[in-house]
Amino acid sequence: MKPIEKRMSEELSDDLFEVVGREGQASEQIDRPQLSSFKDSWMRLSKNKGALISLVVLAVVFLLAIFGPYMNEYKYYETDYAAAYQPPGEEHWLGTDKFGRDQWTRIWEGTRISLFIAILAALLDLFIGVTYGAVSALIGGKTDNMMQRVIEILVGIPNLIIIILLIMLMKPGILTITIAMVITGWVNMARLMRAQIFKLKEQEFVLAARSLGAGNKRLIVHHLIPNTIGIIVINMMFTIPSAIFTEAFLSFIGLGLQEPTASLGVLINDGFQGMRNHFYLLLYPAIVIVAIMVSFNILADGMRDALDPRMRK
Amino acid sequence: MKEVRFVDALLEVNNLSVSFSTYAGKVQAVRGVNLFLKKGETLAIVGESGSGKSVTSKTIMNLLPKRSAQIEEGEILFEGKDLTKYSEKQMDKIRGSEISMIFQDPMTALNPTMTIGKQIAESILSHEKTSKKEAMQKAIALVKLVGIPNAEGRVNQYPHQFSGGMRQRVVIAIALACNPKVLIADEPTTALDVTIQAQILDLMKVIQQKMGTSIIIITHDLGVVANMADRVAVMYAGKIVETGKVDEIFYNPQHPYTWGLLGSMPNMETRGELVAIPGTPPDMLHPPKGDPFAERNEQALKIDFLREPPMFKLTETHFAATWLLHGKAPVVERPVKMQKGHLQTRKLQNANELQVRQLEPLVQIKNLKKYFSVGKNEVLKAVDNISIDIMRGETLGLVGESGCGKSTLGRTLMKLYEATDGEVFYRQELVHGKKKASQMKDFNRKVQMIFQDPYASLNPRKTVSDIIAEGIDIHGLAKTKEERRQKVYHLLEVVGLNRSHASRYPHEFSGGQRQRIGIARALAVEPEFIIADEPISALDVSIQAQVVNLMKKLQKEHDLTYLFIAHDLSMVKHISDRVGVMYLGNMVELASSDDLYNDPLHPYTQALLSAVPVPDPMREKSRNRIVLKGELPSPSTPPSGCRFRTRCPYALDSCAKEVPLWRELKKNHWAACHILK
Repeated sequence: MKPIEKRMSEELSDDLFEVVGREGQASEQIDRPQLSSFKDSWMRLSKNKGALISLVVLAVVFLLAIFGPYMNEYKYYETDYAAAYQPPGEEHWLGTDKFGRDQWTRIWEGTRISLFIAILAALLDLFIGVTYGAVSALIGGKTDNMMQRVIEILVGIPNLIIIILLIMLMKPGILTITIAMVITGWVNMARLMRAQIFKLKEQEFVLAARSLGAGNKRLIVHHLIPNTIGIIVINMMFTIPSAIFTEAFLSFIGLGLQEPTASLGVLINDGFQGMRNHFYLLLYPAIVIVAIMVSFNILADGMRDALDPRMRK
Repeated sequence: MKEVRFVDALLEVNNLSVSFSTYAGKVQAVRGVNLFLKKGETLAIVGESGSGKSVTSKTIMNLLPKRSAQIEEGEILFEGKDLTKYSEKQMDKIRGSEISMIFQDPMTALNPTMTIGKQIAESILSHEKTSKKEAMQKAIALVKLVGIPNAEGRVNQYPHQFSGGMRQRVVIAIALACNPKVLIADEPTTALDVTIQAQILDLMKVIQQKMGTSIIIITHDLGVVANMADRVAVMYAGKIVETGKVDEIFYNPQHPYTWGLLGSMPNMETRGELVAIPGTPPDMLHPPKGDPFAERNEQALKIDFLREPPMFKLTETHFAATWLLHGKAPVVERPVKMQKGHLQTRKLQNANELQVRQLEPLVQIKNLKKYFSVGKNEVLKAVDNISIDIMRGETLGLVGESGCGKSTLGRTLMKLYEATDGEVFYRQELVHGKKKASQMKDFNRKVQMIFQDPYASLNPRKTVSDIIAEGIDIHGLAKTKEERRQKVYHLLEVVGLNRSHASRYPHEFSGGQRQRIGIARALAVEPEFIIADEPISALDVSIQAQVVNLMKKLQKEHDLTYLFIAHDLSMVKHISDRVGVMYLGNMVELASSDDLYNDPLHPYTQALLSAVPVPDPMREKSRNRIVLKGELPSPSTPPSGCRFRTRCPYALDSCAKEVPLWRELKKNHWAACHILK
């Protein structure tokens, strides 16, 4: 130790040993870049390759669902018996079906309708579920008890039966299918929301807001909703693919949309019937539905990780 | 530098560096730590949170998350073998049988679905070849050893049937199951109440004597260190800045950080400002070059910012890394001197100086009761029949163990809970009952609250400026956006933060900074009365001093009245004019803080005071404790008569029959006890 010390004292000049004190607020400074929770979540999402690819796939599917049907001169209901069962080629990019309708146009028209139904159903779920769950949790006590029993009854009825009954009562169509799915679908969202609000209600920042005199409205808008938004969005992301699947399933078993309206389920049903000779009729709608389902699920998974504050380092 | 200093070291850590990879880069949690542990001794590692003390201990046990943590360099020698080179399988043999660990939270350290006997026996069976029956016999012996009564019966119970203190005993029993040579205790008593803490520390000492175990105790509580340790290592920013025998560290500290730590801990006699360490610990993502403490050191030398100080040797056992020990360094005075024996029990001459100011009462509480119904026929009497006045401009401290109803009392005063019975008057006006919205708004402006958990008390989705301005928005205190912004900036400066913090989110701040943001939020509505519900118990010692100093300063400037709820008796004594002691929903004693600490009347107060560890090894090792028997009874089925009688060393038969009266025994000194005349 001695020789080291000696060498050091030669190197160190006297003026280095002045008392200069601490540098003002230096230690209070935050060095890390400013990070809003949105930026933070985005950063973590962008590290997830699967989620990014899914995002791109979904963007492409959405764009094609919007613009695809206008990219050639055919209409989805336009029949041309002379050109029935044409394989994919120059004239018809993805071929034609048994009535000679252009498959490209029908696929994107069908995707559009399927997505529309799914998003509408998810939004309705969200609206009813969030309101119901939030009211139930915030009022609490007997009201909460009653409201939860209603949910339990709804869960107890198999939803396929409700859907079949409803479609028998009403005309099959976009609205009927949507209503049929929403009637039992909102329950999950309501339960999720109730659990979240119950947890948040006892948090100290909510107590702090109450002790500052914040009313219920302010509590909901400023404190409860912003802190549940992540979970709401994620739940919606999982609802959409399952709604698409339900719609396709109903159309496939003949309870869904009717010809000539196209939806992914209708197209797959058509393609399935001609599968042996005209496989392309089944292949392309199937690719689209698989792409949508898988992408939504992977993206939702990625978002769950990205939005969860516990994953933050 | 490496010398063969410790021939008889059982465990030796050499030049250990550990880093974590995060999104922003590598966080260097431990940077070149050297430690050793001899047989049968107790080494305490102290430091603030984030100083790397827990990471060091987890590295020894090889318990770090494999994905993000990485040992950069260094070796851990246990009986001469390097543990860093061991495989997971080899480590399994060491963990539990040679080195075992006690964790901070006894609530999560046990498996809730297994009886405690099985859990203890399991750790015996996994390391020793014995029959199940023998292991169970051994488990019963261990349960007896850690002082749990009725061991044969209790081994068949599940963890939820034990209280916090008892669970920590079970955790210790599991750790001791295979007779380990080294016991690492990571904040073993932080989650416990003082009276229980005293029991557990005593137990650890007894076990060490019986079994000759070496103990590494990691803590931020210098009182615990003074009580337990033979040697101390002070850690800061991933480095050991000073190490030595416990007397050397407490009576002859050399590093400015050690000075700060010792100074920021109030003892029963400190007055005025505490010596807080300004600022916050450095972000280990970019560890400062030079002395990491320089940024917070009022007397930093120029060289501290440029060069890292080497370890200077003071005695055979005492080392410190500070340039102040260099030959050319100027003589720098320690801010507050603490000499040997300075903390002897001596009565204060000026005990009467700070008498209760006989001003008008701001809050009057009359026979207040708050019951919660739990289950069908069970009523939890959280606050039962409390009558006190809080005077204008005073600080009333409220102490008691967890579950005694002190937080409930605070929240009921704020009308966050409706009272079950009794009245609270604020400026002669009734607080509870139906009120108009405008009256409620007025009340909410005058009475504010500071919360315990700096992590849960700020909305994570809002910016700091929106959080602080919440009260301003609710009560419309700012007419323009510019005025609102100016008010927020002003409040940030009042609590010692700066403008650039306004647009950031809570998760970017440290605990102490967040707590100051919480204070700024409460101040925004210019309140008269602030209820501080354990505002410092989640903070580091040096940061506690910052917050307490800030609160004292604000009280002077804004003429505030405080109700200060805490379980840290020395801090309460430091900040309060009068102190009330609660036990199981009752107030048992109330007096001016000097009277209460110098002449406690109620047996519970006496026991509480004697259980507080004092940061003075001489006194800590010589004094006699009144160790309370048993645990806090359940508040839903409190004992009849005097509620404290089940744990009271002086309990008489009459204590079970009658509820003691709340009487003024001396001038301004109230207590409720049968044996006091």
